[in-house]
Amino acid sequence: MSLMTEITIFVLAAFVGFEVISKVPTTLHTPLMSQTNAIHGIVMLGGLIVLGYAGGALEYTIGTIAVAFGAINIVGGFMVTDRMLGMFSKKPRPKAEADDKAGGGGA
Amino acid sequence: MLTAVLEPGGDAATALYIVAFSLFIIGIKRGTHPTTAKQGNLVAAVGMAVAVVTTLLLDGMGNWGLVALGLGIGTAVGVIASIRVQMTEMPQMVALYNGVGGGAVALIAWSEIRNEIGEIDAGHISSVPLDILIPILFAAVVGSVSFWGSNIAFAKLQDLIPTKPLAVPGQQVINGALLIGIVAACVSIAVGNDDPSQLTFIGILIAAGLLGNLVVLPIGGADMPVVISLLNAFTGLSAAAAGFALDNVALIVAGTLVGSSGTILTMEMATAMNRSVANVLFAGFGGAPSGGAGGSTEERPHVSIGAQDAAIKLAYADSVVIVPGYGLAVAQAQHAIKEVADELEKRGVTVNYAIHPVAGRMPGHMNVLLAEADVPYEQLREMEEINPEMSRTDVAVVVGANDVTNPAAKNDPDSPIAGMPIIEVSEAQQVIVIKRSLSPGFAGIDNDLFYEPNTSMLFADAKQAAADIASEIGNL
Repeated sequence: MSLMTEITIFVLAAFVGFEVISKVPTTLHTPLMSQTNAIHGIVMLGGLIVLGYAGGALEYTIGTIAVAFGAINIVGGFMVTDRMLGMFSKKPRPKAEADDKAGGGGA
Repeated sequence: MLTAVLEPGGDAATALYIVAFSLFIIGIKRGTHPTTAKQGNLVAAVGMAVAVVTTLLLDGMGNWGLVALGLGIGTAVGVIASIRVQMTEMPQMVALYNGVGGGAVALIAWSEIRNEIGEIDAGHISSVPLDILIPILFAAVVGSVSFWGSNIAFAKLQDLIPTKPLAVPGQQVINGALLIGIVAACVSIAVGNDDPSQLTFIGILIAAGLLGNLVVLPIGGADMPVVISLLNAFTGLSAAAAGFALDNVALIVAGTLVGSSGTILTMEMATAMNRSVANVLFAGFGGAPSGGAGGSTEERPHVSIGAQDAAIKLAYADSVVIVPGYGLAVAQAQHAIKEVADELEKRGVTVNYAIHPVAGRMPGHMNVLLAEADVPYEQLREMEEINPEMSRTDVAVVVGANDVTNPAAKNDPDSPIAGMPIIEVSEAQQVIVIKRSLSPGFAGIDNDLFYEPNTSMLFADAKQAAADIASEIGNL
């Protein structure tokens, strides 16, 4: 890919990002941040690529740590986002059940 | 182990990467509504799986044992941490995940520069083409800043180090000098310093890490929503830079999306505090101006009440607005507050929650906590929406919020928080403030709200107070 093609992609992606994300309501900002946080775990691909052609102890170490960091970022990020969003998508409270839950959580 | 099937940068690999980032965009788009957001997250996760598998199938992949080791450790840590974390601890969890992402970028940059040197001509960093070298240097610097900055943010949020703004004398000068040094070192590499042992490069990584530490250390807990958003944007942009260096379209698009998202949130948070991003970063709150504003140190008269009085005020109201702040998160009071609301609703009282955009330690923090306690989405009202209704509200209950309710922001042009939009609780007929003491919030200034004639202070731990109020209302 030529540099100019890459810059084109970069600029277009920035506009798409601004468009899509400015529509997310305040209520969902924490999960949004957590989800985009997981998405930048994509750097793990870079870790896999450099580890793939690494040679020598130092590069092995750097690459393995980079992949581990990236995997924490991806797996942890998507899982906590899922947990958070699970709380938003609860049924609009069947009254008794909601009370039980609140009681249990407060205890 | 298995025969590689995809050529790096080839049509098949690129097509699969396009599928992956399309799924990211669809996933974020679904995130615009609470009912579709969970599914959206799943879509984005599938996109990630596509991207990872595609990469594993690239020609040139190897060192499978180490790949498996890294993936295994990372997955285990990620799974365990995300199951164990409590909703109140979400800001530090996000900070930590953000940090490891930045750390990964910095390490990748380091490894890639070693590889580029090896490929071209051993020991001649300057012969790496600039369109690869510049993104590598950018990724290294920003990734390292993000890693260390996020770690400090994590340590502050986890109370491992003091959350108060820590001012180091000559801070600006040191930061400026570090930044200039980093840029100078990068330029020297680019214009022909051969840096045979990569000492300059390692020095850049260290200096950038130091800069990350020093920039975040002086920032107070109340400014964390801005800092976390900004660090998120940084990590995203550094990932995009790594994509330029590695010619990887998935990294460019995904990193840029995150950069956009972090930038938008950073600007929104700063606007909600009526401050510029630069002001948040470089003028630790409570530093210079608090001396003048906090001049009156003598005890001012205030009304103090108990849980029973509070229960009576609330039970005989028609409409109640609850204003949560970080204190609610610290006390884990979200379930107890929901019990109060349930008791009130049984008696026919209308209950709403007023959410200030920067309440808590990350954007939307309060909404997540209240959602955990099963508070219906429709009862969570944004500041602009609820303020006009405040004068028609019988009782406003402030739980662990402080500066975001201080009327000085509107009335006192000399106040350090002058002009910051607030939840106008003092417009309500009566105000109950649940708080441990009269101590000031992060802005380091007295809250005039506490001394207004229609304000009653309930000095207690938020969770205990809410539980007491709920049972008192039940007994009425």
